[in-house]
Amino acid sequence: MWNSLKARLFQGYRTGKFPKVAPVLPERFAGRPEVFPEKCTRCGRCAAVCPTDAVTLDDHSLRIDTGKCIFCSKCAEVCPEKAVDMSKEYRLAAMSREKLLVTGGIYEPERPTDREFLKFCGKSLKIRQVSAGGCAACELDFNVLNTLAWDMGRFGIQVVASPRHADCILVTGPVSENMLLALKKSYDAAPKPVWVIACGSCAVSGGIYQDSPVCHNGVETILKPDLYVPGCPPHPATLLEGILRLMDKKF
Amino acid sequence: MTDNKFLLLANGQSAGIKDIPVISEADFDDSCLRAIREENCRISAFFAMPDNGDVHRLTAVLADPEAKKFRVMQTAVSGKFTSLTGSYPGFNRFERDIFESCGLLPEGHPALKPLRFTDGRIGEMDFFAMQGKAVHEVAVGPVHAGVIEPGHFRFECMGEKVYHLEISLGYQHRGVEKLLTGTPDKRLMHLIETAAGDSSVAAAWNICRIMESLGNIKVSDEVSLLRQCALELERCANHIGDLGALAGDVAFLPTAAFCGRIRGEYLNMSADMAGNRFGRNFLIPGGVRYGMDASVTGKIAGKLRTVMPELWNALDLMFDSPTVLDRFENTGTVSRETALSLGLVGVAGRACGLDINSAFDLPAEKRDMPQKIDVGNFSGDVLSRAKVRYEELKKSHEFLLAALDRLSCRTAPAVPVEFPLPGDTICVSATEAWRGELCHTVITGGDGKFKVVKITDPSMHNWEGLAMALRDEEISHFPICNKSFNLSYCGHDL
Repeated sequence: MWNSLKARLFQGYRTGKFPKVAPVLPERFAGRPEVFPEKCTRCGRCAAVCPTDAVTLDDHSLRIDTGKCIFCSKCAEVCPEKAVDMSKEYRLAAMSREKLLVTGGIYEPERPTDREFLKFCGKSLKIRQVSAGGCAACELDFNVLNTLAWDMGRFGIQVVASPRHADCILVTGPVSENMLLALKKSYDAAPKPVWVIACGSCAVSGGIYQDSPVCHNGVETILKPDLYVPGCPPHPATLLEGILRLMDKKF
Repeated sequence: MTDNKFLLLANGQSAGIKDIPVISEADFDDSCLRAIREENCRISAFFAMPDNGDVHRLTAVLADPEAKKFRVMQTAVSGKFTSLTGSYPGFNRFERDIFESCGLLPEGHPALKPLRFTDGRIGEMDFFAMQGKAVHEVAVGPVHAGVIEPGHFRFECMGEKVYHLEISLGYQHRGVEKLLTGTPDKRLMHLIETAAGDSSVAAAWNICRIMESLGNIKVSDEVSLLRQCALELERCANHIGDLGALAGDVAFLPTAAFCGRIRGEYLNMSADMAGNRFGRNFLIPGGVRYGMDASVTGKIAGKLRTVMPELWNALDLMFDSPTVLDRFENTGTVSRETALSLGLVGVAGRACGLDINSAFDLPAEKRDMPQKIDVGNFSGDVLSRAKVRYEELKKSHEFLLAALDRLSCRTAPAVPVEFPLPGDTICVSATEAWRGELCHTVITGGDGKFKVVKITDPSMHNWEGLAMALRDEEISHFPICNKSFNLSYCGHDL
């Protein structure tokens, strides 16, 4: 026991200061893409290199769908006019699919509107995670929120073993055909009302697995998500900030 | 070795399909089994390649650690072939894959069951069942209690004792290999990196090596060294996570908590290097995405030096604790013989005393890398699998510190690969990922596009090892046995 206590003293207090202080992001971190349609010459290089066809370009607009984007930043790299750029904005989560579209202009993350549900479950959140074809990256980075570095327990957020105890189903992966039934059953087993979070590009839109014949292009075709979290995988700060915003937590 | 029953191919070397000897099925079977039983070879890939009409070419890629090369051989079959699983159980999952994906019947396979349920009829199969009044079955999954990928486990028990564990996967099947057919295109690297998302760097390196070989590009030593650094950061993060999770599974919370945080530091170092915590988008055919000047390598080396004492402190605390050792020692033991007959690789294989490591058995480009660990004292239990990770962490850190101090100059931009790639060519690449040997085999069609892409995740070999570890073990030991292997579901299901 002495050894454990000594080690505890040596290791120190390690929980990060987020959300009171903005998270420390790596220098090469690729956050929310920004578009500047006025600079665009319609050369089409960005749309051509995008592995998930998240960039669309027509005569009037230049749009990036962050629900499809896997943040490889190739579009920003090939654009000769700097009409596309990757910002350091990590607050990517949205409560409606439309809000994931980047069309230019000032970005402000939205606040929740479903006051009824907030009344019912605003103080704590019990999450049942279901991996439906996820590649383990989203799962691992969600697990990170449970470590003492992020310690999501301090906000009343907890992972539960059974969907019967859950207020929220967090889905990762493009929803493989083979997980479809298990996902539906998990959702059905949760007492209603229940929130659905689509975590990661695959869960939001199918991501790199969109149009795979054995996947379902994300959660949306099966359940209506209440929170969309873009990223491949989403940075822990992105996911936690999204969940806290969904719960309307104020700091 | 002198007969021309197989083609010898170095790791990452490409050759024309016509150079692969096509031998009779009897010779093929004999040659495969002899290589494995007598000549120390192991299976790296085993698949069927479509030929003319309903003819398929059964292809074996065996790793030959003595020649330090792959042996590649083929035989033409149509409709069926003789199963080798009865003679060597390591073929089990590969033959089931061939049956499922190509419809070729492995005649005489002792347990021909679906592997990935590619027809969507998931879970519909005959599970092995024990008979008797006192027997009970425990079915777990696909959805597990924690945050983990889905899979189904069925235990046959009497009381607390497990007599048999059957592992049925396929829930994560996303059709990766099919989606890769017809590439290279802009999706290639991303599909490869997400086939098993915790081994992104290792997978990307394999495909880079293959693309560079096909495109006749030689990358600089510096690029190789950078890639090795990214690979070691991936290995460290995962090993630390596993050791912490093992501590958590035996309720030794200090190490579990410390390691959870420390693992994050390594992910952040990967992000310093690549911009992504899993090292994604960093390796590209012909080079690496970002150069590394002294400010970046210095930053990573500094972080490493700060976190190292904390890491050893957390791990030594666990390995010095009698309560932990009591749970780890002689739990979930897999004998050396079993490991050999199943063809276990990587951490699980080395923990059984098998001296296998594809970084040394199948050398590719010349580069510095971490030294081998000594496998002499491992006995195949949970403690051995934990200790292998601990020893590998030591070697990886020695390497990383030395390499990062040297890597302080800008790397040249990646050399673009020119298309089309040569047609009707085979290239095999293996990388020692953190779990074990990850092998990618690519065969191009006449048009230079990928006709066959086979991914052999180390989990393909090792899942059966977990099943054997549970034999005659208490069912309550399943969590630590499972964690000590920590195999990939998506890497297996593809």
